[in-house]
Amino acid sequence: MPRTNKVIMTGNEGMARGAYESGATFASAYPGTPSTEILENLASYDEIYAEWAPNEKVALESAIGASLAGARSIASMKHVGVNVALDPFMAFAYTGVNGGLVVISADDPGMHSSQNEQDNRNLAPFAKIPMLEPSDSQESKILMKKAFEISEEFDTPVLFRVTTRISHSRSIVEKEERNEYKLKSYTKDPQKYCMVPANARRRRLIVEENMKGLKEYTNNFKYNRIEWSKSKDIGIITSGVSYQYVKEAFGDSVNILKLTMTYPLPEKLISDFCEKVEKVYVVEELDPYLETQIKAMGFDVTGKEIMPDIGELTPSIIKEAITGETKEKAHEGYDSLPIRPPIMCAGCPHRGVYHAITKLKGVVTGDIGCYSLGLAPPLSALDSVVCMGAGVSMAHGFKKVYEDNDIQDKPVIGVIGDSTFLHSGVTSLMNIVYNESNPTIVILDNRTTAMTGHQPNFAVGKNAKGGDAPQIQIDSLCRSLGIKNVFNVDAYDLEEIEAALKKGIDLKDEPAVIVARRPCVLLKGQKPSGQYAINQDKCTQCKLCLRIGCPSIQIEDDNIIIDEASCVGCSVCSQVCNFEAIEKVGE
Amino acid sequence: MTRSILIAGVGGQGIILAGKVISNALLKSGYDVKMSELHGMSQRGGSVTSQIRFGKKTHTPLIEKGDADILLAFEKLEALRYIDYLSQDGTLILNDFEIPPMSTIVGGQTYPGEEMFDELNDKVESLVVLDAAEIAKENGNIRAQNIVLVGALVKALDLDKDIFEETIREVVPERFLEVNLKSLNSGWSIAKANEPKLVKA
Repeated sequence: MPRTNKVIMTGNEGMARGAYESGATFASAYPGTPSTEILENLASYDEIYAEWAPNEKVALESAIGASLAGARSIASMKHVGVNVALDPFMAFAYTGVNGGLVVISADDPGMHSSQNEQDNRNLAPFAKIPMLEPSDSQESKILMKKAFEISEEFDTPVLFRVTTRISHSRSIVEKEERNEYKLKSYTKDPQKYCMVPANARRRRLIVEENMKGLKEYTNNFKYNRIEWSKSKDIGIITSGVSYQYVKEAFGDSVNILKLTMTYPLPEKLISDFCEKVEKVYVVEELDPYLETQIKAMGFDVTGKEIMPDIGELTPSIIKEAITGETKEKAHEGYDSLPIRPPIMCAGCPHRGVYHAITKLKGVVTGDIGCYSLGLAPPLSALDSVVCMGAGVSMAHGFKKVYEDNDIQDKPVIGVIGDSTFLHSGVTSLMNIVYNESNPTIVILDNRTTAMTGHQPNFAVGKNAKGGDAPQIQIDSLCRSLGIKNVFNVDAYDLEEIEAALKKGIDLKDEPAVIVARRPCVLLKGQKPSGQYAINQDKCTQCKLCLRIGCPSIQIEDDNIIIDEASCVGCSVCSQVCNFEAIEKVGE
Repeated sequence: MTRSILIAGVGGQGIILAGKVISNALLKSGYDVKMSELHGMSQRGGSVTSQIRFGKKTHTPLIEKGDADILLAFEKLEALRYIDYLSQDGTLILNDFEIPPMSTIVGGQTYPGEEMFDELNDKVESLVVLDAAEIAKENGNIRAQNIVLVGALVKALDLDKDIFEETIREVVPERFLEVNLKSLNSGWSIAKANEPKLVKA
């Protein structure tokens, strides 16, 4: 069989492959669905230095440094990660690059794994940075190579915008050889790279000048293309995954202007298209990003008047909006099935900590990670989940107001994971120390970045390439920031957790940090040993053990039982039981 | 013509690996393949789907309601949840396996009773039911239940089993190879025995 270069890749793998073939040598990122596997794949190439940064701002700034040093570099993040990196993102538009630099924003329409569905295409005109949008894995690869070329030709970072359905869809990619990129020499140039006001004012003009060139370039960019149909009745302007939905809905029966460079927009091409077609629709997910700009060019197009600006599109939504044809149903669905939302795993070290926290009936400000799931019944432990680091900062704000108003009956507890704490909880904790509030902060240290698929973090001792790395000690870090009361506890030991929480809350004038440690049960070799079973003779059916929400504890023929296939023996249920009815198997 | 496979089940059942085996084997068979899966928050013991479309030229990786030629249900409740995605003459491959969700343990909801599955049996024209977990366990590892179900799918779509065996050899680690190859064949044989009921997609 002849060797084929065609392989199935996710969009994330395609982008990484494109960066590899472009000769990129530096990559930095912070994990976040749906972007995580981009860096993981970049790290799999020996030729690329790839690292996990503590957060997206550091990732982008590091990539900027690498670009100035002359390397082709890349920073990848999810849409809300770009918020964290927005400061360097905006200023970097002015300084421009040395080696090409691409910033990937992986957006999440439909919010499959995110707290909002912001449309980051808006950031391209906002920052004055050109933007590319692929429609499948092959384009993810090809456009990544183009992105590096554009970056260098126009001395600008390039925003590479994808969505969940691009990142996590698999399609065919044709692999090509890597082109080694010769490191550009770096020349000191403060007028270009030092953005003090005098230089920034000069660069501001250069950015506009570059934009003129980009506007010309995008009109001739061959990946912005028109697919003409026989009839000129209907035309659709679209980009990204929406292009695939349009093709699915209409095949070759409508005229399509497929945009891949979506900032700046190819005005001439759009004008040609709109003038030749009778009725033009704009099909795009989320904001009327293309539509607003095309309308501002003076074209009478139809878009969000008939199509949703919330969530994902589908071929039938598009078809119904444009033709009025509704899709016929095959089998009737069921409305009232039991829901199955994501839950914390059997043996999850967060469960016992939350059980102890809920007993205190306080205010609990939560954060982003697997432990966000503590909000769900039966634990119902959280009052808020906003963004990375907010679990700590919001506890400070809450506590300050409660102190000022002498509200003392409700303790204020902030909860955050190890990776999230190092991402943006550290500065929040500094705020608690410096501005003297006294909430109790619980750091759920499960020795990994779990939700995104177990990436190592700064407290774990491994790096993105799998090698050994220095390890930040979270408890020592908290002490060095000025927290005097730091308690290390075992997340499976309820007595220890409850005692530490009590100590923390009883300290009226000082904040406390509790570091609850236990590795995530999904980490290799980290499962506790043994299993637990319910002694039916002792069980009073009080159902208290069901209140911890462990998927292993189930009801079978009116008895409460522990499913032996899934129980990992964490022992938390046995500590909750008041009747010693939950026993370790074999003891 | 483009054909569609919707895999539905519960996070942790090996759905992503099953999808990977299927999509790689379809690529080897010469199809244009697209597949969509979800990671992250949606994976932790929640309801999970993976969608595969293949044909001469395939555009969207997403399957719409009423369009799936095969609904490969790894769990019974999830079969009910996604039955409206199955086309009128599509085939339901049902793993006779229940994972009660938390909402039925503490949330006051009840797991669907047998009468609902009887009703499902009546309304689906083409059905293969198999206890993939039990079969995989007999073959040596319960975790290979995903490949038992893939085996049934290969037969139901009349695809080339050899290509799937070759793909499994590439994707699955050496020490789990035997149990997976055996499981593929178990699933395939059961679907074959069901043949009178099958409608080719």
